[in-house]
Formats: sequence, C-alpha cells, structure tokens
Amino acid sequence: MAVSAFRTLLASLVLAVVGGAVLTAATDHFQAFTSEGARKVRIREHMPRVPHATLQTQYGRDIRLADLRGKWLLVDFIYTRCITYCTAQGSEFALLQRKLAAPLQSGKLELLSISFDPSRDEPHQLADYLQRSGGHGGGWLAARPVGLRQLDQLKRVFGIIVIPDGLGGYVHNTGFALVNPQGRLVAILDTGDPDQVVRDILGHLRS
Amino acid sequence: MTACSSHRAPCIAVAVFGVLLLPPMRDWLETSMLLQMLVQIPLLIAVGWHLHGALPTRLTAALDAWNRQGIAGLILTTLAAAFWMLPRSLDAAVSDPAFEVAKFASGPLLIGLPFALSWPRMGFVVRGVFLSELIAMFFRIGWLYKASPVRLCSNYLLDDQQRSGQYMVMIGAGILLWVAIKLMWGHFGSPSGFTSSDPSR
Repeated sequence: MAVSAFRTLLASLVLAVVGGAVLTAATDHFQAFTSEGARKVRIREHMPRVPHATLQTQYGRDIRLADLRGKWLLVDFIYTRCITYCTAQGSEFALLQRKLAAPLQSGKLELLSISFDPSRDEPHQLADYLQRSGGHGGGWLAARPVGLRQLDQLKRVFGIIVIPDGLGGYVHNTGFALVNPQGRLVAILDTGDPDQVVRDILGHLRS
Repeated sequence: MTACSSHRAPCIAVAVFGVLLLPPMRDWLETSMLLQMLVQIPLLIAVGWHLHGALPTRLTAALDAWNRQGIAGLILTTLAAAFWMLPRSLDAAVSDPAFEVAKFASGPLLIGLPFALSWPRMGFVVRGVFLSELIAMFFRIGWLYKASPVRLCSNYLLDDQQRSGQYMVMIGAGILLWVAIKLMWGHFGSPSGFTSSDPSR
C-alpha cells in the first residue's frame, strides 16, 4: 500500500507538472485563451513585418504597402457589402479620422481599410464605402489586394479569419492593426472605444 | 475476425475512430462549434474509453500500481480535457493540422483511455469530487458561451457559440439529474468488488 501510494503521488506530480507546463505554453502564460487573444500576444511580441502587397485604392491607383513606409498606418479589414454591425466599424474609422486630424494632415499617420473581398470590391465600391461611413477624403485610403495570393499573405500576417455568415455575407475578427514607420505590425487595438484608440496611437506617435 | 469476437467493444471503437478520421466526416463535424465540441470530441473520448478492454492484463496491472484510487489517471484526464476546453484549441484544430493530429491522438489516449482505467478504481469521495466538478464545469462554461457577446472562436459564428452554451447547460443538468437518481435509488460507490480502499494494496 505504501509503495503504490508513493508511486501514485510521484506519477501525479509528474503529470501535474508536465500538464501545467503544456497549459502554460498553450495560453501564452495564461494571457490568451482565445485565438483572438493569441493574435494580440503574437503581434505584440514578434512585431511581424507586413508583406510586400500591391493594393488598388478607391481612386483606381495601385500602391504598394512598402510605399507607405515612413508613416504610421492604422489598418482595418472590410468588405463593402456589409450592411450589419460592421457598418459600426466604418463609422468608428470615420470618427478616428476626425479625432486624429492633426497627425493625418501632417502625414505622420494614414488610415487604411483593406478589402478581403477583392473580386467584388471595385474602386467605386470602395469610394462608396468611405462616403457611406462618413469619411471625408484626407488620410483614409480604402484598397483591395490585386491578387488572391497577396490577400492570403495579408490575412495570415494580420491574423484575419473570415467565415461565411450563412446569409451571403461574412463574419470576421475586427480590431485595428497599428503598423509602425518601419513596416512592422506592433499592436491590435480594440474596436468600440475610439478614445482609447486615439490615446494609444498618440502614445505610439510620441514614443 | 477472431480478435473481434473476443474484443467487441475495442473493435467497434476502432471502427468509429476510422469513421471519424474520414475527411468528409471531419469536415462536417468541424463546420460548427456545437458538433466539434459536443459530438466529435466526446466520441473521440468514448473511443479511448472502449479501448481499455484490448489492453493486456499485465499492462493494466502495471499501470494500476501507479494509479491508486485512479488519482494519477484522473489528473491526466483532467489536464488533457482542460487543454481542449480552451477556445483557441478548438480554433487551432480547424486551421492547424498539427492541432488536428493532437486532437485525434489525445482525445482517445490521454482522456478516454486513462479515464476508463481510473474510474473503476475511484472511491465514493473521488467520484463525488469529479462529478460535482464536471457538472460545475458544464454550467460555468455553458453559461459563459451562452452569455458572451464576443465570439470566442474566430472560426465559428456567435449563434453557434450561444447554442453550444445552451446545450452544455442542458448536459450539466442531465448529469446532475442522473447523479441525483443514482444517489437516491442506486449504488453510488465503486462497482462490486471495489470499495473506497485500494484493491492493489
């Protein structure tokens, strides 16, 4: 009895230590229990470089993400057909455009909405989207990747997962991605609290 | 199939495992959170449970010596199950093949099988603690999934998540009812031959 009790204690301790270590690693030290949380931790810790993608803007012009180096970018992912709660995301970006007018005008910062539905989102749809959301020109680009491979690369680096909503539209993870002037993704900022986003961005711009 | 005539349960378990592995079956069971969490993973655990009859007696006797009252096995089962309760694990199983392999291996081998080897050895107290924790877990996680306005898995829709939560609360209530009935009208210790003390002493 003593032997089996001792062995069981030993086995239990080993299993608890190994299992605890696995769970610690699987949750990034109990920081992230969802894949969305894991995305934030990954980006904060690794600061991945954004891919060299070519995008077509609402003006029909092609730009390369690399051309935007040297300024901070606030990026969100959209599809313009969305008529449900993602319209709130567009309005929030419009609000940020007003609140961040100073850095946007001085060229330190640029807002960029990237479509993950490039086959449908032609430049004029992108222009309509900006207008509908309440955008007013300066400092906010809406653009679509020119190829599906580029789109996949962007989705992978930014950690965007898009699923059909069963009603002909899509559901996707939101959040505003902040890219630094060196072209590295440094943070995912939560939607729904524009004042906090403004504070975070101004903090990064000052640092 | 002589091996199968003497070991029917393990044979059926292996067949079920094979069916679960089929790509169309896998795709279908992973289209919704409800099916992955409350059908596919429980079936993988059940496969492991039914494999215990195929283990040679010498091996089970050796394992028993390290598993007094089923405690070590219960710890393994609980920790492995906790891993698959993380929303990000369910998400990763859909988008990362390594996690998919881990799920198909750990469901039977680290959850179902050790639990089958441990449950008959657990006394009244250990079973009671385990079952009350299991019921509480279903209620807690079920409530979280039902009430959360935020999607916990990027691969699944919110209404799917809320429906899964509702089912988990119902499963918790079902287990509670079963335990209550057992406590009032049945035997609720170890099966015949086992008492709360360890038979391997």
